[in-house]
Amino acid sequence: MSIHEDRPANGTFRPGLDRRTLLKTLGVGAVGVAGIPLLAACTGGSGPGATPSASTSLTFGSGSSDDVPKAAYKAVTDAFTAKTKIKVTTNVVPHNDFQNKISTYLQGSPDDAFTWFAGYRMQYYAGKGLLAPIDDVWAKVGANYSDAMKKASTGPDGKMYFVPNYNYPWGFFYRKSVWAEKGYAVPTTFDALKTLCAKMKSDGLIPIEFADKDGWPAMGTFDYINMRLNGYQFHMDLTAHKESWDQKKVSDVFDTWKALLPYQNPAALGMTWQDAAINMGRKKSGMYLLGSFVTQQYTDKTILDDIDFFAFPEIAMEGQDAVEAPIDGLLLSKKGGNNQAARDFLAFMGTPEGQDAYAKVDPSNIATAKGADTSTFSPLTKKCAETIANAKSISQFFDRDALPAMANNVMIPALQGFIKDGTVDVKNLESQAKALYAAQ
Amino acid sequence: MTTPTELSEPAAPGSRAGHTAAARPRKPGRVRRLSKRDKVVLGIMVGIPTLVQLAFVWIPTLLSVLLSFTRWNGLALSDIRAAGLANYSYVFTDNPAFWPAVQHNILWLLFLAVIATPLGLLLAVLLDQQIRGSKIYQSIFFVPVMLSLALVGIIWQLFYQKDNGLLNFLLGTAGTPQAVDWFGNSSVNIWAALVAATWRHAGYVMILYLAGLKGVDASLKEAASLDGANATQTFFRIVFPAMAPINIVIVVITIIESLRAFDVVWVINKGTNGLELISALVITYLIGEGQSIGIGSAFAVILLVISLVPITIYLSRTFRKEKF
Repeated sequence: MSIHEDRPANGTFRPGLDRRTLLKTLGVGAVGVAGIPLLAACTGGSGPGATPSASTSLTFGSGSSDDVPKAAYKAVTDAFTAKTKIKVTTNVVPHNDFQNKISTYLQGSPDDAFTWFAGYRMQYYAGKGLLAPIDDVWAKVGANYSDAMKKASTGPDGKMYFVPNYNYPWGFFYRKSVWAEKGYAVPTTFDALKTLCAKMKSDGLIPIEFADKDGWPAMGTFDYINMRLNGYQFHMDLTAHKESWDQKKVSDVFDTWKALLPYQNPAALGMTWQDAAINMGRKKSGMYLLGSFVTQQYTDKTILDDIDFFAFPEIAMEGQDAVEAPIDGLLLSKKGGNNQAARDFLAFMGTPEGQDAYAKVDPSNIATAKGADTSTFSPLTKKCAETIANAKSISQFFDRDALPAMANNVMIPALQGFIKDGTVDVKNLESQAKALYAAQ
Repeated sequence: MTTPTELSEPAAPGSRAGHTAAARPRKPGRVRRLSKRDKVVLGIMVGIPTLVQLAFVWIPTLLSVLLSFTRWNGLALSDIRAAGLANYSYVFTDNPAFWPAVQHNILWLLFLAVIATPLGLLLAVLLDQQIRGSKIYQSIFFVPVMLSLALVGIIWQLFYQKDNGLLNFLLGTAGTPQAVDWFGNSSVNIWAALVAATWRHAGYVMILYLAGLKGVDASLKEAASLDGANATQTFFRIVFPAMAPINIVIVVITIIESLRAFDVVWVINKGTNGLELISALVITYLIGEGQSIGIGSAFAVILLVISLVPITIYLSRTFRKEKF
């Protein structure tokens, strides 16, 4: 059965009457269903009672539209096809469109498997029944993953939904040569960080590179100060709105941040993260708190080899235990849950073999499965991987852990306002949060 | 004046009664005026546009109004829950972007009305003279109207970028701390956006006025100059008033453009940090991952109510005009 027969057939069935139930219907010999002629045409040789059907193809929706990740996913699907003879049809959608239209996509005719993120962004759709649980896949690949990964892949009902592909840590990146020249040392406490910033400023550098024209990069600073000040669990409860925004713990985060604000690039609101990365590459600034994807901006090998990384210093509790390391991976749509080939594909993604195929093309991220090839890692990537492996808890970044409406519509303007004049109205944040979370 | 249907009636109300009475004896004549086939054709010609209008305008509008009183995540229809006026109270009291957005829309209207539209008129008058290469200039000024959103974004990025942009380079401040942050400084970026909007709006207005100027009878101008009027007097006393129908269209377009102002701020920073606009708020809350349909609909309804004011004035004026 080819993909061309499969799709229109599904399209003409009534909702709630998918191919799997029809197959069952056929199995018990119930005749008279409107879809039977179509069904006969499309099932071909597969015998009755085959659940999930033994198909030899699947569709794969990918939001990884940039050149490198796109080629990397192609390498994965090629490796999968070579191994299993299962044909994968990939539909690549520009990543902003893919994210913005995810609701419509999942309710319409989604692909069997698709790229997505861990965290609230996954759990929300799992809770709405738009995804297929994949406990059987995890029974096969579960041993490849750490507990933190397993926790991040679990839906609100306790079933498994997500297969992690790679992740990347957030932390301070800097140019080793600049630090060596000026004799800076890596700060491990917040006070040491402030002292270092003051020193950098007197040396004529912008101490902390910063960009927030797009709004989301500042969430990284907020998350880290929040987790270092109030702990990982508070971050999770706040983003899930189990904790109120209108409380001292939250205003403390902003008060603490205020001490760093004079050291962050004052032009942040007009810059994208790429602009800021270029500044650091040109040795205009001392360090830059961003995800490790910052290295994608340095095509010059000498600069790339000169980049190092350290974790956000400790402030009040849990030391440096929590790491912000968003995980990207694959999900199965509800429809894709009936396709055994799609399940096999997700299982393949969860093996070192599948992840190596990806990482070979896109080495800027860190494979999540144990046993994935680390021999080609650069020292920086190795350090990033160790930081994640040693983390006691992994957060997913504010806009993945919180309700998207809260992150996009409320937090972005609030953080931009804070960067502008150092004030934030936590009471207003709480009343907005109340209205938005109530609508879900 | 009461209903538009009267418009097609050529005779005055007084003669209308007599006309009907006189028509009675010639009954077959009346029937022949609208045959069965005519009626079917008319029915289709009126019916299809009406259906299209209903499907794409009235039903969505009505649904938006209804949705603005609900909470909905945009997934299953069974998730819709009544919310009363909660969305409106969120918009008016909780949302910090709403009142700045209203101010920015008003500023947008004033700027377009005072700067952009007169600029378009000026361009049209200049290009209406018999100058060499007039067509080329017209095309150049009209090009911005045809460009896509993404392209507009890239073009203005090249101008306004802080360290590498043309503008700061010309000012000699690029790369220095004195460089103006055209996009990031929340008291500057609205003006930067307005200049970009003017660049598009003036071209649009120019084309409309060029058409209008071509339509002004040349003998009027001739008569004016014979009477001793100078160029300025001729334009403001004779030509401009003669273009009254175009002027009304321009007024309406200016108002509508300022209400639906959206593209320029969206490509800059999606309408945050000093660039809040009502239409950008509608999009923020209705489309994308941060979808919150009830609140987005409330924003849309507010924008609709504001838009109804100029539209009503315009329509009532047009109908009154045509009647006499």
